[in-house]
Amino acid sequence: MRAPKDRGAVLLPLLTAVVLLGLWQIAVVLTHTKVFPPPWAVARALGELARKGVLLSYIGDSLFRVASGYLLALAMGIPLGLAMGWYAGVALAMNPVVQVLRPISPLAWIPVSIVLFGVSNLATIFLIFLAAICPIVVATMNGVRSVPRMYLQAGRNFGLRPAAVLARVVLPAALPQILVGLRIALGISWLVVVAAEMIAVDSGLGYLIIDSRNAGKRYDLVLAAIFLIGVIGLALDLLTRRIERMPRVRWGFRTD
Amino acid sequence: MNSPGETAPQAAEKLRLTDLTVTFESEGKQVPVLDGISLTVAPGEFVCILGPSGCGKSTLLNVVGGFLRPTAGKVEIDGREVTGPDPRRIFVFQERGVFPWLTAEENIGFGLDGLPREERRERVRRYVELVGLQGFERAFPHELSGGMKQRVEVARALAMNPDMLYLDEPFGALDSITRMTLRRELLRIWEAERQTILFVTHDIEESVQLADRVVVLSQRPARIRRVVEVAIPHPRDLSSRQYLDLRDSILAEIGLAHQV
Repeated sequence: MRAPKDRGAVLLPLLTAVVLLGLWQIAVVLTHTKVFPPPWAVARALGELARKGVLLSYIGDSLFRVASGYLLALAMGIPLGLAMGWYAGVALAMNPVVQVLRPISPLAWIPVSIVLFGVSNLATIFLIFLAAICPIVVATMNGVRSVPRMYLQAGRNFGLRPAAVLARVVLPAALPQILVGLRIALGISWLVVVAAEMIAVDSGLGYLIIDSRNAGKRYDLVLAAIFLIGVIGLALDLLTRRIERMPRVRWGFRTD
Repeated sequence: MNSPGETAPQAAEKLRLTDLTVTFESEGKQVPVLDGISLTVAPGEFVCILGPSGCGKSTLLNVVGGFLRPTAGKVEIDGREVTGPDPRRIFVFQERGVFPWLTAEENIGFGLDGLPREERRERVRRYVELVGLQGFERAFPHELSGGMKQRVEVARALAMNPDMLYLDEPFGALDSITRMTLRRELLRIWEAERQTILFVTHDIEESVQLADRVVVLSQRPARIRRVVEVAIPHPRDLSSRQYLDLRDSILAEIGLAHQV
């Protein structure tokens, strides 16, 4: 019964990929370009990176920076967002700061982070932290504020103290919205790490792009790095979507 | 604490409302919602609060439940003034009060943290059975029908062993067949456990089917228009003269001729 649909789900995207690769190949052949590599050259470049042993280490470096900055933002952003959503006073004090920081591109902070941390892992981690914390704080705050009054009333009715209401009612009730913020923040973090690595460090996928271009115009390596960034970004997004389907939060997402 | 002389007259009185008045402030204007409500309710009594939508009957229940302070007047339960919500008196909303992140049995056990694990499990099992949710213990609310969610919420309230239940139009969102079934089950449970019940509804039939007494409220600001005794034993015959007469007298009280 479901077989034709499953087959389509595999075959159709595959078909699109083959067509796009074909068009790319044709374009390279027709334009006689010397700089822009054909698809097979990019595949060969991936192999070359693997052989040199930098493929996994660069991916690992990029992921490590994202994970560090992101987890830091999560550890600070969720409590801050909870406090801002729960206590009007905290929101009054902190919201202007968050709202001013929010529209600033994290990339604008690159010079500042280099001054503060030098050309180092810390500089990129700091940038990712800045990129991730605003969406997390805002989503958490809004999530807390939109918890139905009835849940709070029930929590109090069952004799819960305020701290327990926060932990056992407010947090789980706001969790789906918080997860949306976490997903957005992770997406932004992955965008930012590439840009940050082009300037602030000498490893990682962003560095690979800029280094391949500067040191010998190796556009096959540039495109290989771009391809990897796309695939890993997709994997991260799929991972967060998987979390959204877990039973305790699925009610908040209209997927089924 | 109390001398015998003090407790004796209170035995027949669970709840006393004295001149309850609530005024909301809206855009600088004082809007009266409840106007001098006085009522006493006996222990184990089933009282329906009947009134048109928006008349303030939910506000009344919120004040009795301790979620809202009255502007004037007071609420006393067992002779003590109510100052806040209390786990001995549980509020049941329309099924929307069920926590969607917990399974049916986790919802039912929500208020039982203080109990030892075995006792807690036993209590949950008992109320799962009482409301007929066997087989759905591990289901999440979004996997349940409206009627089953309402059962979860009633069981969650009952599991606390409350001596009072406040029900705020609990069956209002359900289809009429489920509503009839749940009314019958609520009566069955009440007859077994004899909590004092305040049941808010805008449904005249529902109030006459369920209550010992129906408190008929006026349009906003709500005053008590009339208190109707329903001295028909359960199970009530909905086509009996007595039932129809009472129902019609309330219809007349509200000013509706029994015609469509």
